[in-house]
Amino acid sequence: MWNLFFSLVLSASYGSTLRYKSVERIKAVGKHSLIGASGEFSDFQEILRYLDELTLSDHMWDDGNSLGPKEVHSYLTRVMYNRRNKFDPLWNSLVLGGVKKGPKGEEKYLGMVNMIGTHFEENHIATGFGNHLAIPILRAEWCEDMTFEEAVKLVEKCLLVLLYRDRSSINKFQIAKITTEGATIYPPYSLKTHWGFAAFENPSKGAVGSW
Amino acid sequence: MFRNQYDTDVTTWSPAGRLFQVEYAMEAVKQGSACVGLRSRTHAVLAAANKAASELSSHQRKVFRVADHAGVALAGLTADGRVLSRFLRSECINHAFVYDAPLPVSRLALRLADKAQVCTQRSWKRPYGVGLLVAGLDVSGAHLYYNCPSGNYFEYQAFAIGSRSQAAKTFLERRFEGYNDYTPDQLIKDALSAIKETLQGEKLTSSNCTVAIVGRKDDGTVEPFESIDGNRIQEIIDSMEAAEEAPAAAAAAAESSSMQEEDKGTDAAPMDI
Repeated sequence: MWNLFFSLVLSASYGSTLRYKSVERIKAVGKHSLIGASGEFSDFQEILRYLDELTLSDHMWDDGNSLGPKEVHSYLTRVMYNRRNKFDPLWNSLVLGGVKKGPKGEEKYLGMVNMIGTHFEENHIATGFGNHLAIPILRAEWCEDMTFEEAVKLVEKCLLVLLYRDRSSINKFQIAKITTEGATIYPPYSLKTHWGFAAFENPSKGAVGSW
Repeated sequence: MFRNQYDTDVTTWSPAGRLFQVEYAMEAVKQGSACVGLRSRTHAVLAAANKAASELSSHQRKVFRVADHAGVALAGLTADGRVLSRFLRSECINHAFVYDAPLPVSRLALRLADKAQVCTQRSWKRPYGVGLLVAGLDVSGAHLYYNCPSGNYFEYQAFAIGSRSQAAKTFLERRFEGYNDYTPDQLIKDALSAIKETLQGEKLTSSNCTVAIVGRKDDGTVEPFESIDGNRIQEIIDSMEAAEEAPAAAAAAAESSSMQEEDKGTDAAPMDI
């Protein structure tokens, strides 16, 4: 049974200020997919409106067919690339994942598309600083048949690194999971951090300066 | 149908609530040479009786591939059919470009039906004079639709259109209940038999019929929509004829005489022109 995982920080910025601290950046799309976004939040809201229209008309067909993650990813790629070509991009990096039962069994899908229309499919995707800090960990430690608990542990490891090292991160996370049964977006939670290092207790000790 | 004062325009209703121009368009379908479609859970087959304008010309093409997963067979004004095939191909390609997935057959049939309906409600247009059997494969299995000039469409297990199609329909009505579990080869044989019914005495050969099939094998791989090669069709026709003639003879004699019939069959197979 395939699970697909998303995790993100619940913050939205105003320029370089971390202004909003309870913003959910993951949403379910149709019956089979999840979308997560980083970047300009208002553009993400616009994308969600497009996806709403898409999934609604798909649902109204009521003919046994439904849009799977691959179709949604392809659609978003077309939208993002077209906007880039008009020099009016939607300023987001989108992660699109899902599981859908196909004729060859359960087909899982995870892909990303960004503001310039670059898109690909992979077993692990990250946006922003995640590309530099989380992907190396995932490449080393991900494997095809992890359990749910193992996957959460791995993802939390990545989130912790990001929390310590990415200045625009806060200690408030959310995990979402998608299986053939549907999507579950878990409530926000925090990770345990350790700041009790000697250097932090007296930060200016040993500092060299002119005053 | 006789001429009357309500049949000049497609936008004129008759007092009985009929649109005569649409019904006349459906007559055009009945005049075209026969087409037959049938499907199982995993495969759909289309067959058409080829008709040539004269002995000097090539056959009128009646079966068109619309996408890897779908195709049509048409009866009626073939020029209209060619234009509609181009429309269907364009719809499939556009969908595949945006969604990276094949257009579900029900949605393809609906788009065609909506296009046909437009021509029944504009005073400056006329209905398309062609009926299309749309066969295709999608995630929910194999499908067969019949789209008619009125803009109506229905899904079928098996259907026949065109001239003398009633004979084919009668044949299909007797056998369609088992089709869901038929193998592709059985479907092809029944399609050929149905076409044979419409030929009414004329000998069925690979040069006067076209057969195409689309489907999904048991392991999940897709067999794209493709016309079957003439030689293979002739082999199937020959094996069908041999099987027919065998039960006619007596028990022990049947075996030796059916061998002879088979030999005769292969000797007499006409070459494709």
